[in-house]
Amino acid sequence: MAELKHDKKSDRILFTKEMRRDYKILAPNMLPVHFKLFEKVLQRAGYDVEVLTNDGHQVVEEGLKHVHNDTCYPALLVIGQMIDALNSGKYDVNKTALMITQTGGGCRASNYIHLLRKALKSAGYANVPVISVNMSGLESNPGFSLTPSLIMQVVAGLVYGDLLMLLNNQVKAYELNKGESEALVDSWAERLLEQFSHGKGLLGDDFRNNLKRIADEFDAIPVKRVPKVKVGIVGEIYVKYSPLANNKLEEFLASQDCEVMVPGLMGFVLFKIDNRLDDIMLYGGSTIKYKFVSFLKDFCTKMESAMLDALREHPNFVVPSPYAHLRSLVNGVIGYGSKMGEGWLLTAEMLELCESGYENIVCAQPFGCLPNHINGKGMIGRIRKVCPNANITPIDYDPSATKVNQENRIKLMLAVARENLDERIAAQATKNAKAGDIEVDIISDNQGARNADNVIEVEIETSEDKPENQSAGVE
Amino acid sequence: MRIGIDVGSTTIKYVVMDDLGNIIHKSYERHLSQITEKTLDVLKTVRELTGTRQALLSISGSAGMGISEACSIPLVQEVFASRIALKNLLPDTDVAIELGGEDAKILFVTGGMEFRMNGSCAGGTGAFIDQMATLLNITPSEMNEEAKKAERRYTIASRCGVFAKTDIQPLLNQGARTSDISSSIFYAVVNQTIAGLAQGRPIEGNVVYLGGPLTFFSELRSAFDDTLKLKGKCPENSLYYVAIGAALGADTEINLDKAIDTLSRMKVVGNYNSIEPLFKSQAEYDEFTARHSAHTIERVDPKTYKGDAFFGVDAGSTTIKMVVITREGRILLDSYNSNKGNPVPNVKSFLEDLYRNYPDIKIIGATSTGYGEELIKNAFSLDSGIVETTAHLTAARRFMPDVEFVIDIGGQDIKCFKIGSKGEIDSIFLNEACSSGCGSFLQTFAEALNQPIDKFAMLGLFADKPVDLGSRCTVFMNSSVKQAQKDGASIENISAGLSISVVKNALYKVIRASSPDDLGKKIVVQGGTFLNDAVLRAFEQEMGVEVVRPAIAGLMGAYGAALYASRHSNGSSKILNAEQLANFFHNVKDSRCGLCSNNCRLTVNIFDNNRKFISGNRCDRPVTRRKADDSLNIYDFKLKMLKEYQPVSGPRGKIGIPMGLNMFELLPFWHTLFTKLGFEVVTSPLSNRKMYLLGQATIPSDTVCFPAKLMHGHVQTLINDGIDVIFYPCMSYNFDEKMGDNHYNCPVVAYYPEVIHANMPDIAKVKFINDYLGIHRPKDFPKKFQQVMSKYFDIIPLEEVKAACDAAYAEYDNYLRRVRECGDDIISRAREKGMQIIVLSGRPYHIDPEINHGIDKLVAGCNAAIISEDVVSNRVEKFSVKVLNQWTYHSRLYAAAKYVLTQPDMNLVQLVSFGCGIDAITTDEVRSILESGGKIYTQIKIDEITNLGAVKIRLRSLFAAIEDNCVNSGEQTG
Repeated sequence: MAELKHDKKSDRILFTKEMRRDYKILAPNMLPVHFKLFEKVLQRAGYDVEVLTNDGHQVVEEGLKHVHNDTCYPALLVIGQMIDALNSGKYDVNKTALMITQTGGGCRASNYIHLLRKALKSAGYANVPVISVNMSGLESNPGFSLTPSLIMQVVAGLVYGDLLMLLNNQVKAYELNKGESEALVDSWAERLLEQFSHGKGLLGDDFRNNLKRIADEFDAIPVKRVPKVKVGIVGEIYVKYSPLANNKLEEFLASQDCEVMVPGLMGFVLFKIDNRLDDIMLYGGSTIKYKFVSFLKDFCTKMESAMLDALREHPNFVVPSPYAHLRSLVNGVIGYGSKMGEGWLLTAEMLELCESGYENIVCAQPFGCLPNHINGKGMIGRIRKVCPNANITPIDYDPSATKVNQENRIKLMLAVARENLDERIAAQATKNAKAGDIEVDIISDNQGARNADNVIEVEIETSEDKPENQSAGVE
Repeated sequence: MRIGIDVGSTTIKYVVMDDLGNIIHKSYERHLSQITEKTLDVLKTVRELTGTRQALLSISGSAGMGISEACSIPLVQEVFASRIALKNLLPDTDVAIELGGEDAKILFVTGGMEFRMNGSCAGGTGAFIDQMATLLNITPSEMNEEAKKAERRYTIASRCGVFAKTDIQPLLNQGARTSDISSSIFYAVVNQTIAGLAQGRPIEGNVVYLGGPLTFFSELRSAFDDTLKLKGKCPENSLYYVAIGAALGADTEINLDKAIDTLSRMKVVGNYNSIEPLFKSQAEYDEFTARHSAHTIERVDPKTYKGDAFFGVDAGSTTIKMVVITREGRILLDSYNSNKGNPVPNVKSFLEDLYRNYPDIKIIGATSTGYGEELIKNAFSLDSGIVETTAHLTAARRFMPDVEFVIDIGGQDIKCFKIGSKGEIDSIFLNEACSSGCGSFLQTFAEALNQPIDKFAMLGLFADKPVDLGSRCTVFMNSSVKQAQKDGASIENISAGLSISVVKNALYKVIRASSPDDLGKKIVVQGGTFLNDAVLRAFEQEMGVEVVRPAIAGLMGAYGAALYASRHSNGSSKILNAEQLANFFHNVKDSRCGLCSNNCRLTVNIFDNNRKFISGNRCDRPVTRRKADDSLNIYDFKLKMLKEYQPVSGPRGKIGIPMGLNMFELLPFWHTLFTKLGFEVVTSPLSNRKMYLLGQATIPSDTVCFPAKLMHGHVQTLINDGIDVIFYPCMSYNFDEKMGDNHYNCPVVAYYPEVIHANMPDIAKVKFINDYLGIHRPKDFPKKFQQVMSKYFDIIPLEEVKAACDAAYAEYDNYLRRVRECGDDIISRAREKGMQIIVLSGRPYHIDPEINHGIDKLVAGCNAAIISEDVVSNRVEKFSVKVLNQWTYHSRLYAAAKYVLTQPDMNLVQLVSFGCGIDAITTDEVRSILESGGKIYTQIKIDEITNLGAVKIRLRSLFAAIEDNCVNSGEQTG
């Protein structure tokens, strides 16, 4: 074990430079593909990171034991997963550190790291250092630093992750040979990891070419496009993405013959960056900070565009809206100051899903999630006013919420969705018949730009008495 | 031919329809969780009745999903099925309300189709009504009859079954009339349905009532009619809508013989999360029973005994326990009974028996404890009453003098306490209303599965694969059990799983223990629930320790009370003698205390000889008729101070401010700011129940905290009063008091204006100013404020705004200073009188009497002075805590706790609103700060309704412990 050094102010154990050399760092998993890529990026930067994949019952048990049971479910799972890993005997606990993100926002999530430390103490691992990954200047460690270059590489990994997830979802539901799309995800993950380990694929042309090739290869998978119920998943970020938390929601929806759309992680990153700008605009603040944050935002926006550009070349794919458009969608619906947790972005994602034909939505949240009272459940009525077709079901997740209950509610949402879909097909059929077509062809092949049919016109009320506070605040 | 089968959570229904859509067969019965068997029965019956082999068949219902998968019969989701039926049978329906065994649904059919089901935290449904009827000891249909005779209505929590139960129990114990409670229960169901499911959509037009409860209970329908102000219709076949929908929605021909065959060969797979069995062998069990049978109390034959004896009564929430002991603590007589809603007759007949059959036993000391402590004490003129915790500790010491931890699981409560090195109680844990996985919980399940409770528990002892049911509240458990059944768990494994879940609930939810070291090595377990060997074994297994379970585990409260009586006896007892008992008379009347704004509902118990006992009161005023001494209660002072901010008419018009959440602290700021600018600031009045109900239909999230829910009523009140500008800004940040790492508001406080804006239809009628404002940056604020205001009014010159802002900041400081001065004054006067000082901590809005339910008065009634956390939070230097200290209000809690450590005569009681996610973090931290300095942590969870009985126990336990500690430390130093 390395020498333990404590932070003077908070007394926490620091992750030292010495530890960086021979400690294994365990990190929680939220999105399997993304996190695998992050793992590689961090390894290349000299951190022996391992993203945890242990799941199952034991994880929940450990969480329940060591975390206040009224705390949000993600905290319970993430901490449970870590303790379960330490218990497993697979790691030398004297040479293991843990890593967790901290957003510094006003919701409970920023407290996970403290809950983790408490849990470690009660589980007998008080000497295991915990590294906070944050960009709010919350906690720092001599042995870990988020350098600009590291940040850029992580962002690149994130874009790949988003693209693979997006394409996989759009192809998987229609592929002729089951499993082909998943296999392509795996193969690309392998290829990217290989490239990363040679310092390639993270920047410039390398990066763009990869994106393009990924899109090309997914488009080449043979598919049969039949009208299917299209479901979007939004919610608290961990529950939205993590199969461990949402009882394999994507898998369940696939088994119900749906196409699934899960908005990517980049939106959330841009949202969190943008919050700082909004804060300055709404309440005043430093222009230097404003400029620095703007730079970061521009960088991420460029990365996002690179991905969207790659997609735009393929009419078969639904291209998600850029962050800027998401932002514009909530204008007049909810204020940009609403930034805790997923904040207004959650509302925006629901509106965007409706706009792009995924008006059937599961809004997944941990039981008792505070920001979701506001931005999720609190906004559903409002979203339905803007977009009457929205068919949203909020689902609570927690250690003892049962699958039966959750699936029953999702099935209700799907029953409505199917009825809507049938009506749309029938309407389309009448239209076609009127236009003189004898055969009603509801099956279109690869050529059809299938989003065209499904797009619902969404008009956003712009309330005139609430113009955006754009110009204000920044001198 | 079409067949629809609806397998709900408690019943199975089917219809057979001919090709013209006429129903030719139908049936409705309870399935007692025998889902596979009953479905098979249905299929066989239908096959026989119709003689057809092929039919269009589909299945529906929450318990139908498993069956559907197993034998490939198509599933029609149940709400969707109702909709299909409505479309066909009642096409002019606007809204349908359907209550089932465990689900509640509202279908908005016209004006934007929308279907809603209750979330996972809601149980005001058929099962809930059954549970309540059991509690009242009548059948559900008798309950309906009773409700017709109701004269008044009590407020019963409309969140979930468990809450309601804890509201009803004290009513029963206070002697409220069954008819009134029955009616109140139906109204609670209505409120729950509306609060949970309407979410801002008005229920109007042609309303249809469907499902079992609404079909069977006329009073439930009229409660809905009354609340919704309309006349709903309960159509023919209202029980069968789901089944009809399933039949109509069936699009696949099913071969019945084949389905019957598949179903009858369906193998139960047992594919669920399981845990270690309780006992692997009979030998293990024998060893276990032998070990536990050692802890007994000697008995003396009452027939031969002559002489002094002591009487102890424990009037619990569902049971009543009595013992008579000798001076040596030997048991002469004991009794353990269900109190059937009224403990008085039980005690009466016990005493009658005693006097008649054992004339030689002379009671010279009598003590009561438990929920009904005061009622029993007054009714039978006992010598003393003690708080339950004291009673239990007294009894536990009898078995283990150096006991370190006592855990008592009773019918409704879990009470645990840790005993410190000096023999003082140093932490008390009581279950919250939302985690009452206790004895009555096991009983409810036993009944649901049609098993007597003792037999049901025994079933689990040798279960091979107990189901892992987690550790949440009863409502969750219902669906977990349903899931387990679906997954093929046997009743034995479910029984074992339930026993284990009771233990886990106590350990992880109530005590928050993570290892045996947290509890100590010397543990006494007691309470009726531990008489259940499965629960006892689960406890030992989970904690890995061997514990002592007294053979009289269920009588420990009464035994402790009797021991107390024997120690404090002066040689004779005031207890009613045989003659007085013969003239005993008990009648109950209700009234309302009008002496203060709490308007307590009083239950007046009248006994013979004009003896009277009033319950339901928070303070002594209705009893003594003296005005309570408010002067040492800062909660009162704060409310009075807020009243000083009266409207001053001004040239710029009226601005309404809803008085909820952070406004309780920021009113001085906003009032000054707007008044200076020439606005007349009108506030909504102090909250009350009616105001809450006014806004409840527009609440979108039923699990948000009650203070937030109240905001809907405040805003609605302002709108109804004709205010056309309402100011309720969003505020991510609060003032920076420099005590933490940041100075946020919690997400709900910060952004609730968005929810109001998005969900209250009438908000469109007014100018609603809910912009984002940052008072934490005084330099930037005036300009930003000016910009915001310019969106709604003619531009106000910046100089004017600046001057008003300066005044506002000054007034806020002034307000805080006055609060602190008042606090100082209370502290010094309390010290002069030698009173205990309680720092009643929470958030600023906890001074709202509708939110705190007069708990401040209860504390004052214990002869303590009350200050709030903000009085002392500035008295410590910034220090680091073990959590991210980033919310202004919460930082004050940590600081106050830290300060309390330095003050021997101060203790902290934390008020926590149910559903407050952030308090999951603060409570643990406040507790650990307090315990680090040897102080007792007391938490009181409050919600829409609060069971003041439980709060009283908590407070009295605290005061008893403080007293003990004083005595002990006095002994030590002296």
